[in-house]
Amino acid sequence: MTYQLELEDASVRFDSLPVVRQVSLQLSQGDIGCLLGPSGCGKTTLLRAIAGFEPLHNGRIALQGKTVSSERVMVAPERRRVGMVFQDFALFPHLSIADNIGFGLRDRSAGERRQRIRDLLKLVGLTGQEKQHPHQLSGGQQQRVALARAMAPRPEILLLDEPFSALDPELRTQLAAEVRTLLKEDGITAILVTHDQSEAFAMADHTGVMNQGQLHQWDSSYNLYHHPATTFVADFIGRGTLFPIQVADRNSIDTPFGLLSGKLPPPLEPGDKLQLLIRPDDLHLTTKPEGIQARIIEQLFQGADFLYTLQLEDGNRFQCLAPSHQRHQTGDRVTLKLDIQDLVLFGGDGLALESRS
Amino acid sequence: MPGRNQRITAALLPWRVSIVTTTLLLALPVLVVVSYGLLPAGEVWRHLADTVLADYVSNSLLLMLEVATGTLLIGVSTAWLTTMCRFPGRALFEWALLLPMAMPAYIIAYTYTGMFDVAGPVQSALREWLDLSYGDYWFPEIRSLGGAGIMLSLTLYPYVYLLSRAAFLEQSVCVLEVSRTLGNGPWQTFFRVALPLARPAVVAGLSLALMETLADYGTVQYFGIGTFTTGIFRTWFGMDDSAAAAQLSTTLLLFVFTLVLLERWSRRRMRYHHSSQRHQSLPGFVLRGHQKMGAILICSGALFFGFLLPAGQLLFWAIETRNMIDSSFLQLTLNTVGLAAGTALLALLLALLMGYGKRLIPERLTSASVRIAGMGYAVPGTVIAVGVMLPLAWIDNSLDSLMREHFGISTGLLLSGTLIALVFAYLVRFLAVSLQTVEAGLGKIRQTIDESARSLGARPGEVLTRIHLPMLKGSLLTALLLVFVDVMKELPATLVLRPFNFNTLAVRAFELASDERLMDSSSAALAIVLAGIIPVILLSRSIRHSRAQHDLST
Repeated sequence: MTYQLELEDASVRFDSLPVVRQVSLQLSQGDIGCLLGPSGCGKTTLLRAIAGFEPLHNGRIALQGKTVSSERVMVAPERRRVGMVFQDFALFPHLSIADNIGFGLRDRSAGERRQRIRDLLKLVGLTGQEKQHPHQLSGGQQQRVALARAMAPRPEILLLDEPFSALDPELRTQLAAEVRTLLKEDGITAILVTHDQSEAFAMADHTGVMNQGQLHQWDSSYNLYHHPATTFVADFIGRGTLFPIQVADRNSIDTPFGLLSGKLPPPLEPGDKLQLLIRPDDLHLTTKPEGIQARIIEQLFQGADFLYTLQLEDGNRFQCLAPSHQRHQTGDRVTLKLDIQDLVLFGGDGLALESRS
Repeated sequence: MPGRNQRITAALLPWRVSIVTTTLLLALPVLVVVSYGLLPAGEVWRHLADTVLADYVSNSLLLMLEVATGTLLIGVSTAWLTTMCRFPGRALFEWALLLPMAMPAYIIAYTYTGMFDVAGPVQSALREWLDLSYGDYWFPEIRSLGGAGIMLSLTLYPYVYLLSRAAFLEQSVCVLEVSRTLGNGPWQTFFRVALPLARPAVVAGLSLALMETLADYGTVQYFGIGTFTTGIFRTWFGMDDSAAAAQLSTTLLLFVFTLVLLERWSRRRMRYHHSSQRHQSLPGFVLRGHQKMGAILICSGALFFGFLLPAGQLLFWAIETRNMIDSSFLQLTLNTVGLAAGTALLALLLALLMGYGKRLIPERLTSASVRIAGMGYAVPGTVIAVGVMLPLAWIDNSLDSLMREHFGISTGLLLSGTLIALVFAYLVRFLAVSLQTVEAGLGKIRQTIDESARSLGARPGEVLTRIHLPMLKGSLLTALLLVFVDVMKELPATLVLRPFNFNTLAVRAFELASDERLMDSSSAALAIVLAGIIPVILLSRSIRHSRAQHDLST
């Protein structure tokens, strides 16, 4: 099948410095993708390469099966039919809201243009404000105008560069969900760049985690959390602790919590050293006497739940999530029960082992 | 991010070449002058060095000292009062204090001479009232070094006012409030916190005022004070020694260069002096009683003596001598306006070429070129005149002798003594003004604006016509107006380079005043002052705009 967006070993260099290294991913029609990573990981550069503002050093970018960037091909941004929403919105200050939205509709007839502007204003909930200028709108409204402007010419793909970072944190998740609904209503394929995982979770069907120019994993949010492909993803997405462990026999591993059994991938030998990921929601506080003994050394009240930091007898520390009515004091001794569905194990190279039970 | 993309920059070669060529052309006058400065000293130079050079240096230094004291006192105090204190009339003073900028120093000098000279109305009234005759009493001599210092301070303090005001506005209120909580009163807070924080801006404004002081010719010539600019004129026309004039110019350039370095250095330091990003509304000390009267007195004093009094006098004279406004005066105005408008347009085109070039090709070569092209504002008009005259006269003479040798025709003066030479000199001096405005306008258009237009299907040319030009409209108009007014006011370069029998308003006003026909010169002077109000209006509009933003951010 033809993907709406396809990247094959895409690499970007600034002078001789590699910024994006051999990224490959595919996005189907109507899907929303996300590039997630810490600042400086190359995610914005990759987005700009898709838009046509950065040339590729290696590899290929194709929109609807047509190559738009490669070592030899470089289609100009205005001929790619991409829509882009910038971090600072970049609204044209000298044009009214309606003219901003209509900017990319030059080749349509006047009636068609008016109709499209009216539809989009309605879609983003700004009907009646078309005569106003960008500086008269609030940040959230400006953001929606930028979105409507980018959607107006019905682009092949919509690119959003940290679209919510200029807004108040309280607004972000709510707006992300709203924007997702808008895009889905119009059936628009989109790709978004962010460093905020809650935005990615709220918007994206597929998320790619990037670090130092490399794409570590291109997957659903659920899999990023529960089946991270590398220790970087495990660490970057959600909370968790990596414990050094040893393989005991073919079906069990020796951990600070005692022997854990599960299906291990075949090439492992007893005595192999690995790392095990424990998420705060893999453990429960229990009132039963038998279980893992630990002491509470820190507590963080988060409303619906407590995040306790616990310490084992051997000094290992980890975190545990408990409902907020399970209230304990710092220094209390508690008993824990492990509730792990899949053992998430990493080899010495930081890559996950296939160990899904 | 352009510049990284080799394919884009390679295509801009013609652009790069034209930027560098323009810069070289504009730098030519200064280069010529400096190269003369390196020649071995001639007879006249040695004579100058033995006799008047020490006077020129000491007079220039003294004048600078006076202007520094005067502009600092007036500029900083009024800036502090209008930004930090609340008193009746503050909103009016805020922009009206800029009005003296409209008054060229040489014009204020004639006006004050006319009013306060022995034969002027003030002294006559005094004599009549006290029944004294000339010589019986002491009255400050207006045509003196001290008088020149006062005249220049009254017209140049707005530079200090503008920059210190901006610095005070940008200061974090929290810093001032911390000082208050630590036990400093308002006065102590001003001297221990606010003023040190604003110092780089104050120094930058002061160095601009001092550059203007060094460049002044009209005032010192009229007052008969020997400084570099008058010395250059005397050497050039009186002793007919171009080399010595060029060498004097080089010495003057050394002074100017020091000031340029001072200005650059303090502007660089300004960046580190913002301790906080958040701007709260300024405290606004409400003044009462004596303080209130004092504030009003200081501000209205600066405004009265810097603008209202001389402008009123000019208006009065112009009405008295309204028969001076005849067809030749109209011709004069037409000459001036045409010359100023043409130069402004050329300067704008060049500024667009350079400003855009710098945006498209952010390389060291282009940005250095643009920076050099923008240095002309520091070079005194007299020096530019010498620097333009020398090479053009050389070209004319060589061409003439060549043609005479081969064809027996005398071509005469093709370039020197024509409008080309004059406009060229104006461009050297005033390109900086339009360049700065255009660059500031372009700087406000973020790269993402260009990119979002591109991603919406606009070709690069369309980005220019649909985005940049409409967004820049205001800046372009401002650039035109500022250069227009500067050309109208310019005196020394015009005096030297104007074609035979071609006069401008500034030259006419100067000639009439020098012939002691002060009242007759007033209509020309008033026309210049009226034109000079345009940039004041523009500036005060931008001030009001910045204040609106300032209030919004709270």
